[in-house]
Amino acid sequence: MDTPGTVEAAHIGRSVTISGELSGSENLYVDGTVDGTIVLQDHSLTIGPNGKVKASVRAKSVVVHGRLEGSIHASDRVDLRKTAVVTSDVTTQRIAIEEGAFLKGKVDIQKETGKAGAPS
Amino acid sequence: MKFFRGSSNQTAAPAVPQKLTRRSSGMGEVSRLLNSQEALSVLDMGATSASNISFFTNKGHKSYSEDLLRSSLDPALRVQDAEGKSVVDTKKFLDENLVFPNGQFDVVLCWNLPDYMEESLVKPTIDRLWSTMKPGALLLAFFHTKDAGPDSVCYRYHVTDSDMLEMQEIKFAMPGRPGGEKQSPRLQRVFNNRHIENLFRDFSSIKFFLSRDSIREVLVVR
Repeated sequence: MDTPGTVEAAHIGRSVTISGELSGSENLYVDGTVDGTIVLQDHSLTIGPNGKVKASVRAKSVVVHGRLEGSIHASDRVDLRKTAVVTSDVTTQRIAIEEGAFLKGKVDIQKETGKAGAPS
Repeated sequence: MKFFRGSSNQTAAPAVPQKLTRRSSGMGEVSRLLNSQEALSVLDMGATSASNISFFTNKGHKSYSEDLLRSSLDPALRVQDAEGKSVVDTKKFLDENLVFPNGQFDVVLCWNLPDYMEESLVKPTIDRLWSTMKPGALLLAFFHTKDAGPDSVCYRYHVTDSDMLEMQEIKFAMPGRPGGEKQSPRLQRVFNNRHIENLFRDFSSIKFFLSRDSIREVLVVR
C-alpha cells in the first residue's frame, strides 16, 4: 500500500533534493531529500527508507520509513515503520508505531468529527 | 531477589526480546490522576512505545515522547574535559533536549533514566524537568536498590493497564563499539534514599514504593 509499486504515486528518488513548497493532488513517495513544506490534502505521503524530510507535512495519511523532522498533520493516520526516525509533533486521528521506530515529539490524537458513529 | 540478573533463563540469548511484567504502585497513582482529569500533558522519557502513546491518548491526553537515554549516547555530544577525558557536553545536551516551555507537563515518566544516564547529566536533567512541570505535577522514577549489580538489565516500560507494566530489554548501538554492536546500557550507579531526596529537593513531596525486584519506585510532586 505504501510503495510506488503497489499504489500509483509521484516519486521523488533518492538522489533528488527539493527545497520549498511541495503540493499535489496525488500520493507522493519521497526517497530523497525535501526541505520546506509538503501539502497533499486528501492523499498520502510515504517517506522511503532513504528519505530525509525536514518539513511541515499536511496529508491524509503519512507513512515514514526514513527520517522526518518538522511537523505532521494527518487527517487520517500516521504509520511509523521500524526504521523511522521522527523528530516532530504529530497531529492525527490514528497512529501506528512499529517496534524500533524512534519518535521525539508530541502526539495529539484528534477525534474524527462530523461522522456520527464512526470508529475513532 | 536477583530478579533482573543471573537467572538461568536469561543467560541464553533469546531469539525474541524478552518481555516481563510488573505491578507498579507508582503507575497506579499516576493512573488515578490520568483517569480523573482530561487533556493532560504527559512526557514519556523512555524509548518510543506505541502502547504508552495509545494508553495516554486513548484517555484524551497529549503524549510527548523523548528518549533521553538514547539521546544522551549521541557521540556528537562528547567532548574532552581539561584532563583529556571524554565527557558529555551538558550544555549542548540541554540545548538539544527537553526544550519545552516552563510549566508544560502534568505527568513526567522518567522510568529508570537516572540509573542509566551519565552521572553529570542527571541533576541538570531533573532541574530542567522541574521547570517544565506544572506545580502539583507528578514525576515517576525507578531506582535500583543496592541488591542490583552493574549487569542489571535496562528495561523500557510499556503501560498495559493502570498499574501494570510490561518490561522489555533495550539495547543500543553503544558509542565506541565496532560494527554497530548493540548492547544493554550499563547501570551507572545505585542511589540511596538520601541521594534520591537530594536529587528531588526542589520538589514539594516525595513518596517511595518498595518492591521485591530490587527496584524502588519514587513518585514526586512538583
